[in-house]
Amino acid sequence: MIWILPTAVGALLLLVRRAPRATAVSTAAATLALAVWAAVTRPATSFPLIFTSGFSVDGLAAVMVVTVAAVALAVLVFATGELREARFYGLMLIFVGAMLATVTATELTVLLMGWEVMGAMSYALIGYWWRDGDRVTSAGVAFVTTRAGDLGLYVAAGAAFAAFTTGGTSGQVLGLAALPELPQPWRDLVAGGIVLAALGKSAQLPFSFWLSRAMAGPSPVSALLHSATMVAAGAYLLLRVEPLLAATGWAGPLVAWVGGLTALLLGGVALAQRDLKQLLAASTCAQLGFMVMGSVAGGAAHLVAHAAVKSLLFLGAGAWLTALGTKDLSELRGAGRRYPVVGVSFAVGALALAGLPPLSLWVTKDSVLAAVHDPWLHAVGLAAGALSAAYAGRALVAVWRGSRSDGRPAETLSWAPLPVLAAGAAVLGVVGLPAVWAWWSGLVGDPGAARVDAGSLALSGALAAAAVLTALVRLPEPRVLTGWLGLEAAARAVLWRPLLALARGAAWFDDRVLDGAVEAVPRLGMAAARLARTPFEMGVDGVVRAVGGAAMGLGRLARRPQTGQVHTYLAQAAVGLIILAVAIVLVR
Amino acid sequence: MLDLVIFLPLLAAALLAVPGVSARWVWLGATAVDLALVVAMWLGYDGGIGYETRLRWIPSVGAGYHVGVDGLSLPLIAMTAVLFLLCAVYSWRETRRPRSYAALFLFLQTVSIGLFAALDLLVFFVFFDLSIVGMYFVIAGWGHGDRARSALKFFLYTFLGSLALLLGFIGLYLGGGTFDMVELIAEPPVVPAVVLLAIGVGLAVKTPTVPFHTWLPPAHTDAPAAGSAILAGVLLKMGTYGFARIAMPMLPEAWRAYAWVIIAVGVASVLYGALVALAQDDLKRLIAYTSVNHMGYIVLALGAAGLAPGAGRARELAVSGAVTQMVSHGLITGALFLLTGVLWDRARSYDIGRYGGIAGTAPVFTAMVAVAAFASLGLPGLSGFIAEFQIFTGVIGAGAVVAGVLAILGILITAALLLRVFHRAFLGAPGELQVSDVRPRELMAVAPLLVLSLVIGLAPRWLLDLVEPFSAALVSLVSR
Repeated sequence: MIWILPTAVGALLLLVRRAPRATAVSTAAATLALAVWAAVTRPATSFPLIFTSGFSVDGLAAVMVVTVAAVALAVLVFATGELREARFYGLMLIFVGAMLATVTATELTVLLMGWEVMGAMSYALIGYWWRDGDRVTSAGVAFVTTRAGDLGLYVAAGAAFAAFTTGGTSGQVLGLAALPELPQPWRDLVAGGIVLAALGKSAQLPFSFWLSRAMAGPSPVSALLHSATMVAAGAYLLLRVEPLLAATGWAGPLVAWVGGLTALLLGGVALAQRDLKQLLAASTCAQLGFMVMGSVAGGAAHLVAHAAVKSLLFLGAGAWLTALGTKDLSELRGAGRRYPVVGVSFAVGALALAGLPPLSLWVTKDSVLAAVHDPWLHAVGLAAGALSAAYAGRALVAVWRGSRSDGRPAETLSWAPLPVLAAGAAVLGVVGLPAVWAWWSGLVGDPGAARVDAGSLALSGALAAAAVLTALVRLPEPRVLTGWLGLEAAARAVLWRPLLALARGAAWFDDRVLDGAVEAVPRLGMAAARLARTPFEMGVDGVVRAVGGAAMGLGRLARRPQTGQVHTYLAQAAVGLIILAVAIVLVR
Repeated sequence: MLDLVIFLPLLAAALLAVPGVSARWVWLGATAVDLALVVAMWLGYDGGIGYETRLRWIPSVGAGYHVGVDGLSLPLIAMTAVLFLLCAVYSWRETRRPRSYAALFLFLQTVSIGLFAALDLLVFFVFFDLSIVGMYFVIAGWGHGDRARSALKFFLYTFLGSLALLLGFIGLYLGGGTFDMVELIAEPPVVPAVVLLAIGVGLAVKTPTVPFHTWLPPAHTDAPAAGSAILAGVLLKMGTYGFARIAMPMLPEAWRAYAWVIIAVGVASVLYGALVALAQDDLKRLIAYTSVNHMGYIVLALGAAGLAPGAGRARELAVSGAVTQMVSHGLITGALFLLTGVLWDRARSYDIGRYGGIAGTAPVFTAMVAVAAFASLGLPGLSGFIAEFQIFTGVIGAGAVVAGVLAILGILITAALLLRVFHRAFLGAPGELQVSDVRPRELMAVAPLLVLSLVIGLAPRWLLDLVEPFSAALVSLVSR
């Protein structure tokens, strides 16, 4: 339950807003201490939520919690130099808490809860500078895109529950451990849903474009989101349910190929970017692609090493952005020499990203590829590795050539995490040593995972070195690659605009047809009433009025003789008598 | 005790007739005491039908004053009491005929709680119709815009629905020889399926489901904020409550036979409501359509509960989800409507396009809208997720996989549309209209709703423990 500490403090910060920086950093430090403690003692807990839910720290989770907590601490220390608002630190702490909940969850309900809260926090953090409409749009695109993937987890939970209620499967309801044994067809549905959600979260094809949008947030957000949270959650989930994927037969190769193609294509995208943060973002997609291609042990190693490398690179880019006001590769000329602490750390990170010996990603990437047996996929992986070297080299050359003297003075305290992360980026490759590898693969629950051999390492190291040198020549930048393969435009054209058009059509239908029909009923009623009035009511009423009118007429007629004048009465009497006499004569 | 809970607000309303009595204090006091009594009832409830009262009324047709509570009615009564109390807080500074306003809301409270406690069809029907009358006067008397017309439309449409409901009740009486719900549930009357049609249409108008929902948007748009909150939070639940209390246990065979129709109506409401909401520019109309969407989940879940036997646990889960959703929607949509009242109060407009960057001038207000909007789109940690997750899982678990997957698409559309509104009105560049931040009474009226939603979202067991026995009972009743 170590997620509670950052989440609770984060929520408190949002409400109280006092001393945010000190609170956040000390909370992150305490969380790291707790994470290390949890990694050693391996606590587990269970409690009733909707079903019996639980959190536990096994080997893979132990690796994750320590990585997440360590990167979070580094990022928050860095952020103190740049941001002051309590809102930022509160959201960041909840973000970290949600990630910790996700990686320690033993069951789909709580996993999904952490998973989606993380998405919501990424929305709030990407759109942190909310006065800028573009940034808010970016946040919305990121949230809606990842949530489209998240729907897969909802379906997976439903399918898993269906299997539990009908199939007589024992074990924890919706428990992750029991998923591989689910009866068909539910198992396939569960696997499909989980894969969809994980690919969405880790920005694999075709979801990659949201990660480009995620750059709209402050640099520390990018540093955290691209390394140890959010995208890492997708990769983690695929590593976690590897037995399920293996059991289905189709899911493992599917994921591996999607990962491989993402590594290749987004590697190309990264190579074509002119903006340092965009380059790093595309490279995140590509590196995440590696994590899901091979064995659990290789993927986990790559995840941890990449977390250190990528948070370092983003913090470096953020440091220059703050100090020099630019993240454009052509304008960063001399940035490395101007701020040597950042420059050297960044160089270590970039060389590690390039896969140069003896740095970490060189070993971990090859450890992943060691478990890839399909020769075509293996070739894709090697090509993608060469691309990594090319774009990393490009970034490195951009910041180290030339010199400059402008910009703000260097920070000391808040830049302190950079060398630490650089040390991690440099040495984490020790995992490839035989003894360490045996320990590692046992730790993450994948004993006997293929270990990389010296020949492959030599080959990839040479390949990387050659590819880095391409940075010295100018490469073409095809528009399809600079524009992230047109993925967002495609998603807008194929999904969002038709959806809006459909919504407008539905609204029109609702107002005109449905409500029109309802409104027509009283109109019809009124028309019927008028109809009833004119011929019928008027008819009956007419007869009554006619009778009345006739009587009135007669009355008026009868009144006319009553003049009150004696001579008239006399004349009337005379006429009356004459008529009477005539009548008597005639009747007789 | 239950009778006191039901009639205390009405007594308070009568007290308002005495000149010199402070209307707002009586209103606040009565609703607060009523809520305290409901809490006490909740704590003292121990399964089955609790706090039952039975009095003779029209013995010749087997109708009597019969009330009681169980795991379905108690959460709804509690939600009702909370919402009415907060409406009293919210309306603290009401200046237009405050005495009549308070009396009308107190009357509506008696009617609503009475309906959720009714165990006799005629008692239910009387409260059902009185709720329409009360809300008519709230909209017509304290609304804005084209209020007379909206109120009339609301009245005529829902009244017509209640007539269909009455026909259905008479059908049940002719089949079962009594209006007593407990007896009718114990021995379901043998009646043709057309009775379910009559009851179904009557309740569908009130819920409302597609295609009977078109009275809802104008009624909300022109109602005062507190009236909208009660209309959406409490009155809409009367429809779905009726499905679970009357239609399902009294007509189990017909419910099972036509479960797929109910499911289809539910899915249609979910998707159609979300789509139409996406195209709205008027904030209140938009929230009204998301209500259609949210109520669609409930109808879907109740329909899935009538699917073929087997997967009993999944169907129970769907019913629990439906009840949770009734409570959750009351809290969240109540909060959203009270918050739109702030916009109307400051700038007299619900037009999303005329606002912008509200976060700059009203940060607390914006934060509350953000929480309410994320709750409405089903973010975990808030009550909507607990409800919808149970519904989706239960519906798919019960075998309605396609319906479940389609309904899940609904939460993506609601996410997109709520974020879109939030962006257009609250973030970005300042808009044409200015909004100042919430006042203390507005904060005190809305914050408890959001806190309750958060509590249910993080620790739902206290609610689910009450609901689950009811769900199990209902599923076994409908499977007979």
